[in-house]
Amino acid sequence: MTFAHLPALEVAVPLIAAPLAMLLRRSSAAWAIATAACAFSFGAALLLAAEVWTNGPISYALGSWDPPWGIEYRVDALSAFVLVLVSGIAATVAPYAWRSAAAELPREQLYLFYALYCLCVAGLLGMTITGDAFNLFVFMEIASLSSYVLIALGRDRRALLAAYQYLVLGTIGATFYVIGVGLLYLMTGTLNLADMAARLPQVQETRPVLAALAFITVGVSLKLALFPLHLWLPNAYAYAPSAVTAFLAATGTKVSIYVLARFYFGVFGLRLVTETLPMPEILLALSIVAIVTASLVALWQADLKRLLAYSSVAQIGYTTLGISMASKDGLTAAVAHLFNHGITTGALFLLVGGVALRAGRPEFERMRGLARRMPLSSLGVVIAGLSLIGIPGTAGFITKWYLVLGAIGAGRWWLAAFVVLTSLIAVAYVWRFVEAAYLGEPGSETPQPGEAPAAMLAPAWLLVAASVVFGLYTAYSVPGAQRAAALLLGASP
Amino acid sequence: MSLAGHYSYAITVLLMVTGLYIVIARGNLVKKLIGLAIFQTSVYLLYIAPGKLIGGTAPILAEGFKVYSNPLPHVLILTAIVVGVATLALGLAIVVRIRETYGSIEEDEILAADCDGGERA
Repeated sequence: MTFAHLPALEVAVPLIAAPLAMLLRRSSAAWAIATAACAFSFGAALLLAAEVWTNGPISYALGSWDPPWGIEYRVDALSAFVLVLVSGIAATVAPYAWRSAAAELPREQLYLFYALYCLCVAGLLGMTITGDAFNLFVFMEIASLSSYVLIALGRDRRALLAAYQYLVLGTIGATFYVIGVGLLYLMTGTLNLADMAARLPQVQETRPVLAALAFITVGVSLKLALFPLHLWLPNAYAYAPSAVTAFLAATGTKVSIYVLARFYFGVFGLRLVTETLPMPEILLALSIVAIVTASLVALWQADLKRLLAYSSVAQIGYTTLGISMASKDGLTAAVAHLFNHGITTGALFLLVGGVALRAGRPEFERMRGLARRMPLSSLGVVIAGLSLIGIPGTAGFITKWYLVLGAIGAGRWWLAAFVVLTSLIAVAYVWRFVEAAYLGEPGSETPQPGEAPAAMLAPAWLLVAASVVFGLYTAYSVPGAQRAAALLLGASP
Repeated sequence: MSLAGHYSYAITVLLMVTGLYIVIARGNLVKKLIGLAIFQTSVYLLYIAPGKLIGGTAPILAEGFKVYSNPLPHVLILTAIVVGVATLALGLAIVVRIRETYGSIEEDEILAADCDGGERA
């Protein structure tokens, strides 16, 4: 009985936890509810993924209104993969927030923080699970509005301006998405994504459909911070509270990339996207520019959190590079990178949050000789940094491997070389941390000996361990990504 | 396909571009939000106008009525209006906080303040 309603509960539990956390007002009770809700969603996502793995896609008619009239929740190989990532990160960051948020936020705002955190989790999970284009917009706005507030909670006053800029750009992105969906609705008369895909071939290559593709591409690209539309990201990540940065960096942009892939391959179809319009070429060019410029800009940052924010923009470039290949290996790389970069960047931002707690601000100046003062945190940053570079034996390597395979498969040797060479820039920016923390002498601004609280270090190290484990043990992550890639390509007419 | 027959689209596009222009061109944070609201409003029109049929009635089965308007776009836009109001309210709330912290709502003055303050802090 309850198992049959698991797709709805997956989203409903964190959604209901949000007002509960607000009503309880006590920060410890709010934290307990948020953590329990995230843990429940993670468990439900694992059960759903196991069910999809053995028995194929699940279609859930919300309120028993059959699709395409009612809203459909659809769990397939791809959405199950993203659900596990989002709820897993949410369940890892929630315990971390106990000490981290308490240190960074005023006491009387803590219950609001947990309520918003639950709302954001519910929004992102809803975006992933829904099979309805307009429902997706509503969840997108739930996730976005709550993340604007979460970012504005940052201690630095620049967090306010970052949240404002993100609000303006994010709203433009969401509105562009709605314009695209509206045009598609006018042409097909349906909002159900699968139904839309079935009806689109009749009106393919009409101007409203092409305009819809353009609007959805630009709108979602703003949300996922594709290169020229990434300007909101560095400040938002740099000034938000540590727990928020870790959660959003590991999940927020990932879900948007999922939406883009779903629309490209699941709705518009391979033929329209690759043959009628040169979308792969456009994505390829933007991804290459994103990887090169964002990695180079990351090199010059004085602050580790900003460095990682720019590195995230570059890593988004690798994901869209995989999508632009529109081949099995390319899409496997893109889907696997959602997961691999999610756990890697989550680990890094969590560790940096711990360092920021002890050092005030995560500036390289204050990190000289950090390895002697905070050995565990420093080691974690280095290991997760190796995964960011893509050293064999770490999760990041899996992605790079499939990207190179995809590039070679398409006969683009220069692209394979490009992927390997740009990893060297990542070596350079990870080295900046090693240089400061391991080779530098502790200065007056370096924190006194003492690690971050165990409640913060444990979740961070869990993700560090995951980024190594999933580099060595790929029995689920890689076949999962491959199934998702096959689903995307198979769903195309 | 005359312009007169599609005047609602012309208005939609006009509102859309006007709103987007205000967001980009104005430095005042409140004016930017007003532009954003106009931009969002244009989308309401984009959805609602095609749902209305001339001579159509509410979609209730009854004797003598054959032509019905599509109610779904109206319902969708009801949701979008709620989202738009929430966005505007949140945006204005953040502007109030910015004004309290920086003492200004002009983008250039705030950025200038951060250049000095950022070095000191």
